[in-house]
Amino acid sequence: MFFLFEKIGDYTLYYLEYAGRITNFLFQCLGRIITPPYRIFPVIQQINFIGARSVFVIFFTGGFTGMVLALQGYYTLRKFGSEGLLGSAVALSLLRELGPVMAALMVIGRAGSSITAEIGIMRNSEQIDALECMAVDPLRYLVVPKFIAMIISLPLLTAIFDVVGIFGGYLVGSLMLGVNGGTYFQGMYQSVDWNDIEMGLVKSLVFGLMIVWISTAKGYFLHSERSGGFGAEGVSRTTTSAVVLASVTVLVWDYLLSAIML
Amino acid sequence: MIEENKFDCPVVIELAGVEKSFADQQVLAGVDLRVCEGTTTVIVGGSGQGKSVILKHMLGLVRPDAGQISIFGRDIAKASAGELKDVRRDFGVLFQNVALFDSMTIFDNVALPLRERTAFGSQQVKARVEELLQMMDLPGAGSKYPAQLSGGMQKRVGLARALALNPKIVFFDEPTTGLDVHKSNEMYRLFHHTQARVGYTAVIVSHDVPKIFKLSDHVALLANGVIQGQLTPEEFQRSENPLIREFVETTMGPIYSSEREESALQ
Repeated sequence: MFFLFEKIGDYTLYYLEYAGRITNFLFQCLGRIITPPYRIFPVIQQINFIGARSVFVIFFTGGFTGMVLALQGYYTLRKFGSEGLLGSAVALSLLRELGPVMAALMVIGRAGSSITAEIGIMRNSEQIDALECMAVDPLRYLVVPKFIAMIISLPLLTAIFDVVGIFGGYLVGSLMLGVNGGTYFQGMYQSVDWNDIEMGLVKSLVFGLMIVWISTAKGYFLHSERSGGFGAEGVSRTTTSAVVLASVTVLVWDYLLSAIML
Repeated sequence: MIEENKFDCPVVIELAGVEKSFADQQVLAGVDLRVCEGTTTVIVGGSGQGKSVILKHMLGLVRPDAGQISIFGRDIAKASAGELKDVRRDFGVLFQNVALFDSMTIFDNVALPLRERTAFGSQQVKARVEELLQMMDLPGAGSKYPAQLSGGMQKRVGLARALALNPKIVFFDEPTTGLDVHKSNEMYRLFHHTQARVGYTAVIVSHDVPKIFKLSDHVALLANGVIQGQLTPEEFQRSENPLIREFVETTMGPIYSSEREESALQ
């Protein structure tokens, strides 16, 4: 019985401490973003890695998401005889929900995981200690460029996802299923307003921050992981848990933001 | 029986009563150590005694449970991150596993402290890195990655990186472990050569007894969580502290007997 209490207390203390540590980490990183020295080149490098190199996968998934939305939407709408609403159905689902969420999940898989693994390996092999001992701030050097790059890249990737998705929907809805192209775009034009775009933009900014926070913090504090962040297995376990945690966080925040902004 | 420190010189590093425990295990139980400016102090001791832990305390990577660690007169045991960064500006460190940035070339590894900490232009950085690589007998290795170099070469790159900014104190954690006799001698030669040139204070954690004695001004034995004595190499070999005697005899053989023992034998 006491064993159980001890265990609960132990877990609680550990997670409280961890939460405190990563919150402190977040504020330290945000503080360093807004204070000089500002460095452009590392940020561009990271935008290339997180953003530019994700474009292909975003293009592909965005296209197919739009296509399947049109396909499913068409058969549902046809039951009510309102195929004309297909354009607005596809556009609104993409702009408000699927665009930000799917783009975020893709970026977690492609970039978030590698950020955790990269920083985690640097922590394990004392490379972060080496930076500290050279009086080079590891947060400013390693983490801050990733923060800025992710916050810039994810909204842009989301925008690409939305546009490609809308054209994917047009491809299936209009060219394959015979909905009038003009109707598809006219419906969209009438039903989408700035609030929908704003909602997608706010979501992708928040998701970007969450993803980069979780993936960098998990790697940075690899050595204090409860499951033991040692060696290759420690890095792989921590990377997995960062991906899972970031994905869950994105979906939870998606609900919260929708509830607040609708 | 712990022998007194008896130096009369400008002290740059001073540890006083440093204690540290990990979980339930006490590793350091009141470590006292002084390092004089421009000298070489070697910390020796059995494996797992906590030699690297002492080094990590001096680097500010680990905070002590109790005691003071003053470097250039500033206590880093309680220093803020900013103060610590300030103190570390004068540090150069060669880690036990070298800790090179494995996804950067050798050139970028050595250039990193120059790019981050100085206002050097790219030509100046290039010139300085080439000079350092030349000094370490590594010309032309700049475009390679750490994994493409041998262990000995990696250590030399580590030394080049540590010396890039002409530090005042250089810390060496097991600089020759894993190297054969020739490579170790090469490391010692480079160490001797660079110290003569730059004039840094050196703190070395090493297993390589007795060879390391030749390079050191003071030798300190860590055993049972305390420094058993910080002495010149000659004094160390003649010390009557039973732990130091035992260490000397097991690592060097009972060739340096004390006068007392010799008279007993006669």
